[in-house]
Amino acid sequence: MKILVTVKRIPDPDEPLKFSGGVLDTSAVKWVPNTFDEYAMETALRLAEHVGGSQRLAEVIVMSICPAGQRQHVTQFLAMGGDRAVVVDHDDRALDAQTVAEAIAAVWKRESCDLLIAGKLAQDMEGNEVAQRAAALLGLPQATFAATVAWDREAGSLTVGREVDDGVESKKIPLPAVVSVDLRVVLPHSVKNGATPDDHAYQEGPRLASLRGITMAKRKKVDVVSLADLGVEAKNTSPIVHAEPPPPRPPGQIVESVDELVEKLATEAKVL
Amino acid sequence: MSTVLFIVETHQGKAATASLHGITCAARVAAAHGAELALLVLGADDTAARQVAAEGYGAAKVLAGVHEALGTFTAEAYGDAIAEVARATGAIAVGATATSSSRDALPRAAAMLRAPLVSEVVAVQDAGLLRRPVAAGRALVDTKIEAAPYLFTVRASEFPAAEASAAAPVETVAVGDPDPRGAQVLGIERTESARPPLTEAKVIVSGGRGMGSGENFKHLEALADLLGAAVGASRAATDAGMVPADLQVGQTGKVVAPDLYIAVGISGAIQHLAGMKGSKVIVAINKDPEAPIFQVADYGLVAKWEDTLPRLTELVRARRTAEA
Ligand SMILES: Cc1cc2nc3c(=O)[nH]c(=O)nc-3n(C[C@H](O)[C@H](O)[C@H](O)COP(=O)(O)OP(=O)(O)OC[C@H]3O[C@@H](n4cnc5c(N)ncnc54)[C@H](O)[C@@H]3O)c2cc1C
Repeated sequence: MKILVTVKRIPDPDEPLKFSGGVLDTSAVKWVPNTFDEYAMETALRLAEHVGGSQRLAEVIVMSICPAGQRQHVTQFLAMGGDRAVVVDHDDRALDAQTVAEAIAAVWKRESCDLLIAGKLAQDMEGNEVAQRAAALLGLPQATFAATVAWDREAGSLTVGREVDDGVESKKIPLPAVVSVDLRVVLPHSVKNGATPDDHAYQEGPRLASLRGITMAKRKKVDVVSLADLGVEAKNTSPIVHAEPPPPRPPGQIVESVDELVEKLATEAKVL
Repeated sequence: MSTVLFIVETHQGKAATASLHGITCAARVAAAHGAELALLVLGADDTAARQVAAEGYGAAKVLAGVHEALGTFTAEAYGDAIAEVARATGAIAVGATATSSSRDALPRAAAMLRAPLVSEVVAVQDAGLLRRPVAAGRALVDTKIEAAPYLFTVRASEFPAAEASAAAPVETVAVGDPDPRGAQVLGIERTESARPPLTEAKVIVSGGRGMGSGENFKHLEALADLLGAAVGASRAATDAGMVPADLQVGQTGKVVAPDLYIAVGISGAIQHLAGMKGSKVIVAINKDPEAPIFQVADYGLVAKWEDTLPRLTELVRARRTAEA
């Protein structure tokens, strides 16, 4: 079993955005991995490892499209426990989602993968489309917005609890397949692989890289390829031509008591 | 005349409220292009399509895409069908409201059409120029598209619901051979509630980690019921299992814009604000005067909920009794 995990670098979401000349200026941002991709990585590692045993159930390949010299996020994922990486050397800001999905599909084919796990969206551009596009290009079934993943190794299928608008949908997909993960996939009991005891409680959240992991990451194999190597044409059919901050909300007021609050909601705001 | 296609989701045979809001956006897209608006209803039969056509919603026609593989929603089969109809009709744009289903299926169709997709449109600036929020609502960006077709999803809270009009003609449209690719929907665990859905409620009472436990949410529910409100929550509250996940408001939960949003024990993280900043009136009750929620609140009350919710509920009940 080969699991492909994709990671996008995004501007640190805790830093303020910089607008200049009517566009977003990302020339001097601090790049960090997209949080949902960290969750995807955690999901892949939980599927691949046998806690309490020694056997490894899958190889985890990390993939990112980024300038080859700016791949700290890839190193971080290798330090978390990824086995090796493929870096597609290109400025991802200049590519549309279709190009990104084509590159992922090309790497999938080169590596003969069985499962793609991606974050459900990138926190910066919030497209929520790359995993689905890759699935369609590869003709594969998909389970998006995964909150739970259970792998049936005998049947070669996954049963995924998907967070949908009116509850949680349970969807069974045969491998090979594509999964995009939501927030709750990193709760302690969200991922089962049939080897790690079902009652094993993981620590909540994506794992931190250990010191040993960080040392080992430096020795792991990273293939650097170009879009041309993959036979993918770089395009951007949906460029952003203007960006601006949203209008600020008018300043509010602090009320001193519940009675004052209710009075103002009734007479001033007229919402009671 | 060129066509803008809008996919209407139906619920118990009728157009879903979320879709009605999306139709308004699609009508603006069509107007910007000088195109006509056609509604597409997919399913195992054409009953829902006929119901939608009877209400018209200002559309030139309603297309019924019928296939047995479309009886249960799967992104795989719906993606195939949407791509096929887009090709067959030569539509210049294909939209749907940004529900969990369209966010699942539309990107698949977009990939098959090699077409761009603009997610969560909040305004139509011009033909092929669509505005949407990014980075947890911290920026609004305009995306320029010259390709045809392009796809878009609509943020329902930003557009009024389309109203019924003269009936529209129904046409059957071929959907090709939609293929679920072995995927099987085993079931949906629905959150049953007598309260209005979050995305449709005029008033929302929302709780965060500060509520301490799921048990304590009953204080919010009592207030919500007096106000005819929906109950919402922050990620911290849903992750802790205090309430079901589908009550989460925010960047990765529901995006809401009610007349009144009451946030109790919620700090106001940027990801939470992304889902409720568009509310008309925001009330925050939080014991920490430094909590960022106060920066977006119209009315802030620095206090513990234990000391304030009982009185708030009592006063609202008194007003309701006086009205009755
Ligand atoms: C990728 C990503 C996506 C996310 N998406 C979302 C999202 O969609 N929605 C969302 O909500 N969050 C989201 N988050 C999480 C978000 O960053 C915050 O962690 C979360 O919103 C915090 O929830 P909270 O305000 O309930 O908890 P806290 O931040 O812990 O705040 C609790 C508040 O309660 C107050 N309080 C405590 N006791 C009392 C009392 N007795 N009475 C009154 N007040 C009290 C405290 O002063 C505090 O301000 C996301 C995070 C990430 C990384």
